[in-house]
Amino acid sequence: MVELTGLPAVEAKNVTKTFGAGPDAVVALDNVSVTIQQNEFFTLLGPSGCGKTTLLRLIAGFELPTAGSILLEGQEVAHLPPFKRMVNTVFQSYALFPHLTVAENIGFGLKMLGRRRADRDAQIEKMLKLVKMEPMRNRKVHQLSGGQQQRVALARALAPHPKVLLLDEPLSALDLKLRKEMQIELKRLQHETGITFIFVTHDQEEALTMSDRIAVMSHGKILQIGTANEIYEHPVDRFVADFIGETNFIEAEVMQRIGNRGQIRLPSGIALARELDPIAPVGGKVTLAIRPERIDLVKPGADCQLAGKVENIVYFGTDTHFHIDLDTGGDVTVRVQNRRGFQEVLKQGDAVGLRIAPEAMQVLKD
Amino acid sequence: MTTTELAAPDPGPAAPGPTPSTTLSAAQAASASREDKARISRWLLSAPALVTITIFGILPLIIIVIYSFLKAAPYGGVVWSPSIEAYVSFLFQQDIFTEELVFSPDFLQIYLRSFIFAVGTTLLCLVLGFPTAYFMATRPPRQRNWWVLLITIPFWSNLLVRTLAIMFIIRDEGLLNNILIGLKIIDQPITILYTDFAIVLGLFYSFLPFMVLPLYASLEKLDFRLVEAGYDLYASRPKVLFRIIIPLSKPGIIAGCLLVFIPALGAYVTPLILGGGRHMMIGDLIAQQFGSGRNWPLGAAQALILMSAVLVALFFYVRATTGKVKHGQG
Repeated sequence: MVELTGLPAVEAKNVTKTFGAGPDAVVALDNVSVTIQQNEFFTLLGPSGCGKTTLLRLIAGFELPTAGSILLEGQEVAHLPPFKRMVNTVFQSYALFPHLTVAENIGFGLKMLGRRRADRDAQIEKMLKLVKMEPMRNRKVHQLSGGQQQRVALARALAPHPKVLLLDEPLSALDLKLRKEMQIELKRLQHETGITFIFVTHDQEEALTMSDRIAVMSHGKILQIGTANEIYEHPVDRFVADFIGETNFIEAEVMQRIGNRGQIRLPSGIALARELDPIAPVGGKVTLAIRPERIDLVKPGADCQLAGKVENIVYFGTDTHFHIDLDTGGDVTVRVQNRRGFQEVLKQGDAVGLRIAPEAMQVLKD
Repeated sequence: MTTTELAAPDPGPAAPGPTPSTTLSAAQAASASREDKARISRWLLSAPALVTITIFGILPLIIIVIYSFLKAAPYGGVVWSPSIEAYVSFLFQQDIFTEELVFSPDFLQIYLRSFIFAVGTTLLCLVLGFPTAYFMATRPPRQRNWWVLLITIPFWSNLLVRTLAIMFIIRDEGLLNNILIGLKIIDQPITILYTDFAIVLGLFYSFLPFMVLPLYASLEKLDFRLVEAGYDLYASRPKVLFRIIIPLSKPGIIAGCLLVFIPALGAYVTPLILGGGRHMMIGDLIAQQFGSGRNWPLGAAQALILMSAVLVALFFYVRATTGKVKHGQG
């Protein structure tokens, strides 16, 4: 993990972005505020159309905010054109200049900044080495493979040593194996250069494995900001829980409450003590999110929180997924690791008990 | 089953089948005839193009080449006796008294002037056509076709009519001068008609669409994400224009310049009407040899010299521009 200085690199304050006007207007960002720290690998995660790319383009300067302000290292930049911001972008399409060589592409930003030729050449060599593309320096862009173009795009954006590097789904065009390689590569580059990375993706696995912090976005709003662990283990609402990994949702009834603590009852009648959102009234319902790997399948008995029947068994190699029809209605998925190989202990139609640790049941806000 | 098949004697199990060698040669013959057929149909398919090129391109050119090496008949036409007189008289004039050949740059001057006019027209079209094409290419897709239509509307009327219309606008008592005098900007009419400026103005007006359309085709295909990438990498607007947009629209620039330069060099109607015959261009000169000049071989020679000049110019132009592209790409 990169050591964070705690100083803000980018701050978005109450940013709203509307496209079009009148009844056709589309709100791409709705009063978004976020602070990204220096040296951080920050990911904007969400489905397409959630506003993550718009936020990135606002930071880059390709769009002007309808309202709100954007600060780069404490300086207001919302009114500055892109070429006056020390921010570079790695585009989803790479957008490499086809009329220039690899080296000329990498040196373009430095040339535009008016750096001297010797400095430029030295920096180009450094960048070529950083992305392991030295033998390709005189190639044209169309002579490169997708993965190589990706590396050149990275080198080109890193060469001027920007304060912030923006990455707009840069790995989406690569095949799975290359994508995994580039994920590690990106982490290495961020570590070696010490530049703040803001990474946009719709791939939750990519976000979880690479980021220092993640902002989950939906419909122009940021729903939750936190480390991968926080977001996975403590999702604030149903959307976040569902978007990040697989989740089972179970409804529970609020029985009584004292302050922000209270007692809830599972459909099976089992009572639990939980921290509760102040808006949940006694007698009302709350939703519990439970990760499939946090449930143990045992023999039905009194120590089980829930009980049901095995409806379906799917073998995945590393683990096996059991789809359980609950006796109280609804269904859950349980993931069991095949640590001793696949053992056909349970069969379809078998009655099973579900044991869930209380801390594995996350009360959602919704 | 047909009756012949029924009547045919049963070959029986012992009857010898065709030997392998005969089947092989039969197959070869079949494939050979198939190849022949393919070759014939290829020729047939390309025949219309070949006939057109021969009748309208190669034959007239051969006639011009032959005529240029013949003697002029006194009342037009040619005398069938070989001569290089036409080429000699392009550069030299026979002194009336001494019958000596004296170097005369008259024709060369007309060629040079035509060249300068054509280059000027091309540059003017490029400088004004590029922003026009850029504007068109950056409109929403639905609007673009309307702009293309507007650019092509002048083609619907005859060039002669349009040139005469320009004449009426720019002459001393014309629309332009009347407006300027009416607005008290000037008190004496500005003489535009029958000047070099009038010729270049007319050529510019006639050939502008030939510049705008290829530029538009090139710019419309331009990936504007590259422009964004340029801004992102600290290139200001002029730098993005000169380092990204112009290099990437080079094919359109080359095509547009050729489409304007070549016809402008040989233009006939425009310099005749707007230059008033006082400021000759190559087109008028050649037409004169076939008309009142009654010197067909000289006209043919002048036409061939023009063609060679254009080919040489093209050669250097294309080599220079593609060379630049290569250099730009390293």
